[in-house]
Amino acid sequence: MTPTQLGVAYTRRTKDQLAARVAQDIPEGATVNLGIGQPTLVANHIPPTREVLLHSENGLLGMGPAPAAGEEDYDLINAGKQPVTLLPGGSYFHHTDSFAMMRGGHIDICVLGAYQVSVGGDLANWHTGEPGAIPAVGGAMDLAVGARQTWVMMDLLTKQGVSKIVSACTYPLTGLACVKRIYTDLATFDVTPTGLRCIDKVDGLSHTALQQMVGLPVM
Amino acid sequence: MINKIAASVAHALVGIADGATVMIGGFGTAGIPNELIEGLLAQGAKDLTVVNNNAGNGDAGLAALLASGRVRKIICSFPRQADSHVFDALYRSGRIELELVPQGNLSERIRAAGAGIGAFYTPTGYGTELARQPDGRPKETREIEGRQYVLEYPIHGDVALIKAERGDRWGNLTYRKTARNFGPSMAMACQRTVASVHEVVPLGALDPENIVTPGLFVSHVVQIERQVTQAGGFKKQEAA
Repeated sequence: MTPTQLGVAYTRRTKDQLAARVAQDIPEGATVNLGIGQPTLVANHIPPTREVLLHSENGLLGMGPAPAAGEEDYDLINAGKQPVTLLPGGSYFHHTDSFAMMRGGHIDICVLGAYQVSVGGDLANWHTGEPGAIPAVGGAMDLAVGARQTWVMMDLLTKQGVSKIVSACTYPLTGLACVKRIYTDLATFDVTPTGLRCIDKVDGLSHTALQQMVGLPVM
Repeated sequence: MINKIAASVAHALVGIADGATVMIGGFGTAGIPNELIEGLLAQGAKDLTVVNNNAGNGDAGLAALLASGRVRKIICSFPRQADSHVFDALYRSGRIELELVPQGNLSERIRAAGAGIGAFYTPTGYGTELARQPDGRPKETREIEGRQYVLEYPIHGDVALIKAERGDRWGNLTYRKTARNFGPSMAMACQRTVASVHEVVPLGALDPENIVTPGLFVSHVVQIERQVTQAGGFKKQEAA
């Protein structure tokens, strides 16, 4: 489904605009884990005036930005295996402690990418399930069930124009009923016990058109 | 006198048996004990089960061990990487068995082995494909105070190969930055733990407040030369 077919004019959020939209909702003082891939962009949009602690599953809290060229230290990397820095006050710890932070409910917010999210908040983001695909789960399942709030950021539609918000996930699940909020290139949704609630959408996109794309009731 | 300082990697790895379960520390490029893995390759043990977060990068280190055909099974959380072609080819041709474990469950199963825990209930993985045994049978589950959990068993190892920063003759260890990762838990979970360090220091030189792995978890300490970058860390392994 394209903007033209729907007869409306709107512009999708770019990846940076989407990351900025997520960052807007991260409060001062929060401890946050940003998943690998697109969620790492969120860090670039947290206002410098807001103190947010970034956690990385491989054993650091208080993660800082990428080092300057030539200053990379490959003993200091993030979950995506890229060199990072540590802010003053930051700490290192071993893996089991790091996952206790995640599973034990000590991380306020995690932001993850997704293949699909169901209206009930089920998340599918680790495996396409295709024959020949090599499965890799990493820390996704621990984060999904362990963080106090799990947020997803993704495009609303696949390249084929099919909604990634679904009544029930067809991809292998990462966690059950764990997603609280879905940030997409077209709209932001809360997952509530009574269904999806749209909390914002891009200019020019009508509620009816949005609901048509999702193919599910949207409040 | 207790002296765990090994004269060489080969001395530290003497007697590792065929069929052993070998835990290898590291996450991405950080904390991979490449010199110990090369030593294991030279030592020649086969039919191994390897426990590591990943399944090798490029062609060196763990990837070289896998390529040698001496690894029967790998237990890990994230085998697929941009440069995991050695594992990918073995897996696709059915020449290696994979037990995929969510990373926190992997770490906790290792810790549980070291801590004498018989099994534990974890919320991670409940309701997913990974709440099944490798043979497809569902793992035991239980509702505890309204939440669903999966029963997970410890992973015991015969040998742990880990990379630390400093060590002394009692086997006390400190680590460097995120190279710590699985080292402390793996050191606890194995019959024998071999740690490479960049500095061997006299007893008492490590601040007791800052010792991360107490020496009783460590069997052998081997000194390995450091490759420095401007920042004092390690050069990324050049793709071979």
